[in-house]
Amino acid sequence: MGVEGIGARVLRKEDKRFITGKGRYTDDFKMAGMHYAAFVRSPHAHAKIRGIDKSAAEAMPGVVGVLDGKQLTGDGIGNLICGWMIHSKDGSPMNMGAWSAIATEHVRYVGDAAAVVVADTLENARAAAEAVVIDYEELPHVIRAVDALKDGAPQLHPEAKGNLIYDWEIGEKDATEQAIAGAAHVTEMEIVNNRLSPNPMEPRAALANYDEADDHFTLYTTSQNPHVARLVLSAFYQVAPEHKLRVIAPDVGGGFGSKIYIYPEEIVCLWASKRLGVPVKWTSDRTEAFLTDAHGRDHVSKARIGFDKDGKIVGFSIDTIANIGAYMSLFSSSVPTYLYATLLSGQYNIANIHCNVRTVYTNTAPVDAYRGAGRPEATYLVERIMETAAREMGMDPAELRRRNFVSEFPHQTPVIMCYDAGDYNATLDAALKAADYANIGKRKEEAKARGKLRGIGLSCYIEACGIAPSAAVGSLGAGVGLWESGEIRVNPVGTVEILTGSHSHGQGHETTFAQLVNERFGLPVDNVQVIHGDTDKVQFGMGTYGSRSGAVGMSALVKALDKVEAKAKKIAAHLMEADEGDIVIEDGEVKVAGTDRKLGWHEVCLAAYTGHNLPQGMEPGLKETAFYDPTNFTFPAGTYVCEVEVDPETGKTEVIQFVAADDFGVIVNPMIVEGQVHGGITQGIGQALLENVIYDDNGQLLTASYMDYAMPRADDVPSYKLSTHETVCPGNPMGMKGCGEAGAIGSPPALINAITDAIGNNNLTMPATPARVWALINGK
Amino acid sequence: MSKVSMTVNGKTVEREVEDRMLLVEFLREELNLTGTHVGCDTSQCGACVVHVDGKAVKSCTQLAVQASGCEVVTIEGLATGGDLHPMQAAFKENHGLQCGFCTPGMIMTAVDLVNRVGAGNLDEKTIRENLEGNICRCTGYHNIVRSIEAGAKAMA
Ligand code: FES
Ligand code: FES
Repeated sequence: MGVEGIGARVLRKEDKRFITGKGRYTDDFKMAGMHYAAFVRSPHAHAKIRGIDKSAAEAMPGVVGVLDGKQLTGDGIGNLICGWMIHSKDGSPMNMGAWSAIATEHVRYVGDAAAVVVADTLENARAAAEAVVIDYEELPHVIRAVDALKDGAPQLHPEAKGNLIYDWEIGEKDATEQAIAGAAHVTEMEIVNNRLSPNPMEPRAALANYDEADDHFTLYTTSQNPHVARLVLSAFYQVAPEHKLRVIAPDVGGGFGSKIYIYPEEIVCLWASKRLGVPVKWTSDRTEAFLTDAHGRDHVSKARIGFDKDGKIVGFSIDTIANIGAYMSLFSSSVPTYLYATLLSGQYNIANIHCNVRTVYTNTAPVDAYRGAGRPEATYLVERIMETAAREMGMDPAELRRRNFVSEFPHQTPVIMCYDAGDYNATLDAALKAADYANIGKRKEEAKARGKLRGIGLSCYIEACGIAPSAAVGSLGAGVGLWESGEIRVNPVGTVEILTGSHSHGQGHETTFAQLVNERFGLPVDNVQVIHGDTDKVQFGMGTYGSRSGAVGMSALVKALDKVEAKAKKIAAHLMEADEGDIVIEDGEVKVAGTDRKLGWHEVCLAAYTGHNLPQGMEPGLKETAFYDPTNFTFPAGTYVCEVEVDPETGKTEVIQFVAADDFGVIVNPMIVEGQVHGGITQGIGQALLENVIYDDNGQLLTASYMDYAMPRADDVPSYKLSTHETVCPGNPMGMKGCGEAGAIGSPPALINAITDAIGNNNLTMPATPARVWALINGK
Repeated sequence: MSKVSMTVNGKTVEREVEDRMLLVEFLREELNLTGTHVGCDTSQCGACVVHVDGKAVKSCTQLAVQASGCEVVTIEGLATGGDLHPMQAAFKENHGLQCGFCTPGMIMTAVDLVNRVGAGNLDEKTIRENLEGNICRCTGYHNIVRSIEAGAKAMA
């Protein structure tokens, strides 16, 4: 490893602009003649639109248009799509209701767009939006998924009878039931995974412009995957043909999944820009973000796990109801199915697993992937029930896990996944040691003497990243391929531009991707520029989510670098009259091994572009593209240990220590990886301790601001103790597994297991607010 | 409409603005100083923190007219003559930022914190408590705390 190569803690190239206030986020862009959009949103959970009176709004100052859903569909704009087809266990395709970017006849959740006003200033747009009079006929509504399945529940979409989108299963039901029936011990739990709001700090925004002269659209937007946005906007929503639409995702202030999807607002801004002949900007305020950004989680599950007399798992059965909200967001169907139930084997060797999932509509905001997407729900279930089972059986929770660990690879689980590499004992040992698990008894006593309750909890998580061979996900219903592309453009002077289909919204690609080039050619990272997030510059790409930018995005770059290296060596061999096989490139020089003959890297690059003296028949230039399609998922795994102290007087929990031991495979930049883990754990602590999206019985969102939705703040969390253990991932050329979501996946069960240990009651639901914990302590 | 006049990052600016215009809008829309961000509408997140007459202020909580006659420093004005402010440098060196959206507010808050409390009095607990008004969704605060510790030392 060089000082800037793979494994080096290279400081981030992108930081300069952010720390000096020169970052460029979507809302920072302005265009001449720019107008502002303000949406008129439904105040009702469910209603029929009887009529819209726009006259007052249209007469207000600065207003250039008041547009509704009928005009939108009248202009041929298509309904929003869900990109993953799930079939119910009876073979029928999922029952998907229609979702128009602006409601045409019905609104189905509080915040659903019913009209849009475009005006010359934001203030004028907002004032006019208030003046749009919509005549609603309120309809019965249903908020909780369990209620939506009941007989006689209000119906949201005619296509989905009983609000059921699909009734899906995975694994062998009969075998699992038989195994559990014969078990020496069975643990049963009902487990709720609370609904969350992703809350990237930059709210969503869109700035659209239709250029009549070129018959061409430009969209600046807060997207994790601008190419997918362009494809969907053109192919499905018919906003513009793909070659006449440029999508730019500039600096993006966090995503966590919520900026994967193509939302109504982007569609509307593009459409309105053409229809009204002005550039249209929309920037979400925080309340709108709470109302309309896709939420995460919201599962209710019943789980039963059976063990033999030696504590070996014999069967695991799960029945889950997933709330998908009022409409099916872009990847919503895949989250409670293939991203969830395929991870229910955890780190364990389990012969029999069966999971049934019913996914339902309710009158709430759409639910889709949020950091971890399905894997946190699976991990929470597995790790809560393992800990609880150990306590019921009077076993050390660490020992129970150890007895069931998968230890031989590859390991085929009964739920599709084939684990390729790992060492679960190594991360468990490392975490227990770092947490001084052995001496927790003493610390508990010491706390007790002070009137406090101390507890410790484990979580041995596994997750699946770098999703996945395109053919495999295609056969499971995905509407897209999940490869990535990369282009290495070597300039005549030897500097390098990396064009990638991955998108960085905090992950530091401008640095880590440059480290690959340093590792390969010895060029300083300052001589490498990473270009992403612009469909005019990068040919195509699938974007960043599911911790895929390392394992998939960098793998594409490795393949492109292979080609560049091969060509550069041919040129150098020709110039130095040496054998191609003897050429080595290092430290920015191209050398003939075992001799003192060499050329500067820039000399070889210049030769490629002058074309004066190239091998016979070689095309000039030094620029290569590669598409990489993964061969399997990758499987990051690790152990998290959380220690808490609960004040029995108030029920308040303090996180005393949080230890993480992760196996991410090969790590390019440990500093950046640690940052990802810190952030992920904090989001997980947020879920477990603080965060909860709450709708009241009328479907009003009670948690629509930071006054009501408890985000983790600096004094809610401790500093973390991290370590990594490396087993190389055999599935990609880098040996990487991915690190973006592990923290959020692994941490909630560790924290809840710690609190339940402290208070001696397993019956705790997230978030563990002081009120809930106090009630359990006091038997209320 | 009212006339406002203030010094922003050392330059005097004068504008005719609506009375209801917030200081943050004034900075972003009138002066194009887009380093100051808006992350919420309830004065909770701190993405908008600037210095007004040497004190950290949430610029979404103050009207532009209220800042008339004041000396305002934004993130764009923190570095002097091409040199990063020690707190800016500390955020880079300690990986105290990821997406960068909260960062300007964090840095402005951190500088104010050191000025108020004194570099020598900043233990981890004090730093964390004083970040109560600044939300970061990316970093989990760990490296922000490290950055402020280092930045405080460098400012001392
Ligand atoms: S924008 Fe000022 S505190 Fe959030
Ligand atoms: S760095 Fe993204 S919100 Fe703090």
